[in-house]
Amino acid sequence: MKVLMFGWEFPPKIYGGLAVASYGITKGLSVQGDVETTFCLPKPCGQEEGFLNIVGMNQVPIVWRDVDYDYLKSRLTTMTPEQYYAYRDHIYADFSYMHVNDLGCMEFAGGYPKNLHDEINNFSIIAGVIARSQEFDIIHAHDWLTYPAGVHAKMVSGKPLCIHVHATDFDRSRGKVNPTVYAMEKDGMDHADCIMCVSELTRQTVIREYHQDPRKCFAMHNAVYPLSQDLQDIPRVEHPKEKIVTFLGRITMQKGPEYFVEAAALVLKRTRNIRFVMAGSGDMLNAMIELAAARGIADRFHFPGFQRGRQVYEAYKNSDVFVMPSVSEPFGIAPLEAMQCGTPSIISKQSGCGEILKKVIKTDYWDINAMADAIYSICTNQALFQYLQEEGKKEVDGITWEKVGLRIRALYEDVIKNYGK
Amino acid sequence: MKTICLYFEIHQIIHLKRYRCFDIGRDHYYYDDYENDRSITEIAERSYIPALTTLIQMAKDNKGAFKIAVSLSGVGLEQLEIHAPRVVELLHELNETGCVEFLAEPYSHGLSSLANEECFREEVQRMVQKIKQVFGQTSQVFRNSSLIYDNEIGGIVADMGFKGMLTEGAKHVLGWKSPHYVYHCAYNPDLKLLLRDFKLSDDISLRFSNSEWSEYPLLADKYINWIDSTPKEEQVINIFMELSALGMAQPLSSNILEFLKALPACAKEKGITFSTPTEIVTKLKSVDQVDVPYPMSWVDEERDTSCWLGNLMQREAFHKLYSVADRVRICTDRRIKQDWDYLQASNNFRFMTTKETGVGLNRGIYDSPYDAFTNYMNIVGDFISRVNSLYPVDMDNEELSSLLTTIKNQGEELVELNNEVARLREELKKSEAAAPKKTSTRKTAAKKTTKKAEN
Repeated sequence: MKVLMFGWEFPPKIYGGLAVASYGITKGLSVQGDVETTFCLPKPCGQEEGFLNIVGMNQVPIVWRDVDYDYLKSRLTTMTPEQYYAYRDHIYADFSYMHVNDLGCMEFAGGYPKNLHDEINNFSIIAGVIARSQEFDIIHAHDWLTYPAGVHAKMVSGKPLCIHVHATDFDRSRGKVNPTVYAMEKDGMDHADCIMCVSELTRQTVIREYHQDPRKCFAMHNAVYPLSQDLQDIPRVEHPKEKIVTFLGRITMQKGPEYFVEAAALVLKRTRNIRFVMAGSGDMLNAMIELAAARGIADRFHFPGFQRGRQVYEAYKNSDVFVMPSVSEPFGIAPLEAMQCGTPSIISKQSGCGEILKKVIKTDYWDINAMADAIYSICTNQALFQYLQEEGKKEVDGITWEKVGLRIRALYEDVIKNYGK
Repeated sequence: MKTICLYFEIHQIIHLKRYRCFDIGRDHYYYDDYENDRSITEIAERSYIPALTTLIQMAKDNKGAFKIAVSLSGVGLEQLEIHAPRVVELLHELNETGCVEFLAEPYSHGLSSLANEECFREEVQRMVQKIKQVFGQTSQVFRNSSLIYDNEIGGIVADMGFKGMLTEGAKHVLGWKSPHYVYHCAYNPDLKLLLRDFKLSDDISLRFSNSEWSEYPLLADKYINWIDSTPKEEQVINIFMELSALGMAQPLSSNILEFLKALPACAKEKGITFSTPTEIVTKLKSVDQVDVPYPMSWVDEERDTSCWLGNLMQREAFHKLYSVADRVRICTDRRIKQDWDYLQASNNFRFMTTKETGVGLNRGIYDSPYDAFTNYMNIVGDFISRVNSLYPVDMDNEELSSLLTTIKNQGEELVELNNEVARLREELKKSEAAAPKKTSTRKTAAKKTTKKAEN
C-alpha cells in the first residue's frame, strides 16, 4: 500500500508534539513491511531517518527551469535529479508570478514563521505537483497546516483523504477560535473521507464544533516510543527531604499553568518541604512569575525555562510528581514520557491521554483543591508513589506505536474499500 | 434429615467525607452525615424494612419451624439507631418471635483479625455485650467481617469461648469436600465451622432476578428440590448473604420476598427443616478438620483478602491504621475510640482496590482508587496525630500501659480512701451528737490515721 503523507514537522527537527506523533505513526506503519510512505515536509534538514521517502517541498519545482544535471546534484539534498525532472514534468500551471529560486522551487522558512498562511498556501500548490507525479492509494494529512495540501491532492488524484487531527483551534483558544484557522480546519474535515482524532475528547470536539459525521470520525490514540538506552541510563534522583513537583510544557492558556501555581500555593500552606518547578516558556511565563510572587511562594517555585532534548528527560527523572493541568488537551504525550521515566503523573480530566491511562491521578483542571491534595498525597505516601511508579511504567510500556500503526492500517483499508460507495 | 441454616448480615459503613490535606490538624470530624442519612434511609426503605417484615411474618406463620440467624456490626447498628430506628424496632419484633439467633462479629466490621489480636478480641467482646444489652441474647457462634477465616483466627475465636463460626466454603480450600457437613478448626477441634454453600447462596443473592440466567425464573419448589437432591449424608445447607441482597441487589419487583415466603412450606413437604447455627453446632458432630493456612473470605472470585489488601496502597493504609492500634486500646478518649471503629471498616480499604473484577464497584464519593487512598490517608494522618498527642510517642506501649495501670490503681485507691474518710466522718458526727465525750476522742484519733494514709 502506498501512502502520501503531508506533515509539517518531523524529527530530528522538533517544534512540538506533532513531530513526535508523525514519526511514531510513520514508523508504526513501516514495520508492517508492505506500507510505503511518502512524507512531504516543507523544509527537511536532511538528517531524517531513512525508513520512509521524505520529500522536501522546498525542492519540488513549480516553474520550469532548465537546470544542469550536475548542478542539480550539488543543490538537491533530499532527492535525486531524476526525481526532480519527474516532478518538473508535472508542473500544472504557470506560477512564474510567484517568488521562486533558480531551480523553480519556493523557499520555506520551516517551523511556524510570521507568514505561516503564505507558507500553507505554497505548500498546497506544490502538493498539486506531487499528486500528479506520484502513485499512491491514499492521502494522509497531519493537522490543519497540511489540510489544504491534502484536499488539493485529493481533487487532483481522486484518491481518498484521511486527515489526522492532532489538535483543534478550540483546544488552543479555549473556544475563541481564529476564523481563518477554523475555516481551513473545517474545509479539510468536510473533504476528508476519514478523520482520525487523537482522542475521544477531540473526536467529540470535531463532531460538535465542526459538525462532522460521527461515522467518519475515529479516535486514534497516540503512543510513545521506548526510551533509548542513553535516556534510560539517566539516573533517577531521590529526594528524601524535599520533593519536587514538575510542570513541563508551553506556558500558555491551553496548558492551565495558573492552576498549577494555585495548587502549589495550597500545598505550601500545608507543608514547606516540597518544591515546584515550572519548566518551559510561553506567553504566560511572566504572568506566572508574578502570580507565584503574589501568592508568596516564590522561594519554593522555580522557572528553569525551556528544556531541550535530554534536559526534558533529566527534568522528568528529577521529579517526584509530574502535573499536567491542561484546560483542553487533545492528547498530551508528556505524562506518558514522565511515566516512562518512573514519575507518577497527575493529569486533568480534560486531557485525551487520560482515556488510555489508568495508573494516573485525574482531577478536573479547575479543581485546585483536588490537585493539591493529590500532590500532597504522592509526596507524603511512599506507597502511593511506588504503586503509581511501578504500575504506571508497566502500563505505558504496553502503549506502542506498532499497535497504533496496525489500527491505522486497518482504517486505511476500510476507507479504500468503501471509497466512492 | 436435612436442615437449612439461613443467615443474614446487616452492615453499613459510616461514609467518610471529602477531607483535604489542608484539613489535617484543623478538622477532626471525618463523616459525611448527609450521605450516611441518605444511604441508610434508602437501604432501610428499599430492603431492610420489607425484608424484616417478611421474615417476622414467616416466623409467626410457621410457628417455630422457620429459623434464621442475623449478625449486626456495631457501626451498622449505631447507624440504624440514629438514622433508621424503625429497623431496630423490627429486629426487636423478630427477636420476640424466638426464631432468630444473633451472632457475634467484630464491632467495626474491620480487618482487626488480620492485624492485632488484642484489638480483635476487644471489639468482639464489645459486640457481644452490645447484643446482650440490646437483644438480651448471649452469642455463642461467631462470624468474622466478610467471613474472613484462617486457622489462627479460628484458634483465637475458640479461645474466646465460641462454639462455632461461620465461614466461606471456598473451593480452593475445600477441594473435593462438600460444604454440607459440619467441620472443625484445624487449631482447635472445639470450634465447629459452618461453611457457606456459595452456589446456593449466590443463586438468591446474585442471580435471582437475572433473566439471562439459565435457571431463571427461580421458584421455591425448584430451589428446595436442588437441596433435596443432594446426597443423603449431606445434612447442613448453609445459605449466607447480606440482608440488603433482598431489595438492593435483587429488586423487590423480582418477587424475591414471595420466593422466600414459599420456602418453608416447600421445605416441609420434603422434610427439610430450618435451624440456627447454635442448634447445628450442638447437635451435629464434625466430620473433619478444615486446614486454612491463608485467610479466605466470601468476596470476589478469589475468596481471599485481595480486595482489601491486594495492592500496595491498601497495605500501606492498613499498616498505618493498625500501627496505632495498641495506643487506641490503652486510651480512654471516647471520640478517638469511636473514630477508631469507624475508620476500621473494611469498606474503606475496598474503595482502594485496583482489581478488575468485571463487576461494577460503587466507590461512593471517590472517583478512583487513588482518590480513595488520598482521602483516607489524610484522615488517618489526622487521626494518628491525635492519638500520638495523647501520650508521648517515644514511650513504648508496655511502659505506658504499666504507668496507666498504676495511675488507675492509685485513682481507685484514692476513691476508696475518700469513701472511708466520709464514712468515718459520718460516724463521728453521729457519735458526737449521741454519745458522751469519751468515745468522741477515740474516733478523732482514728480519723487522723486515715488522713495520713491518704497522703
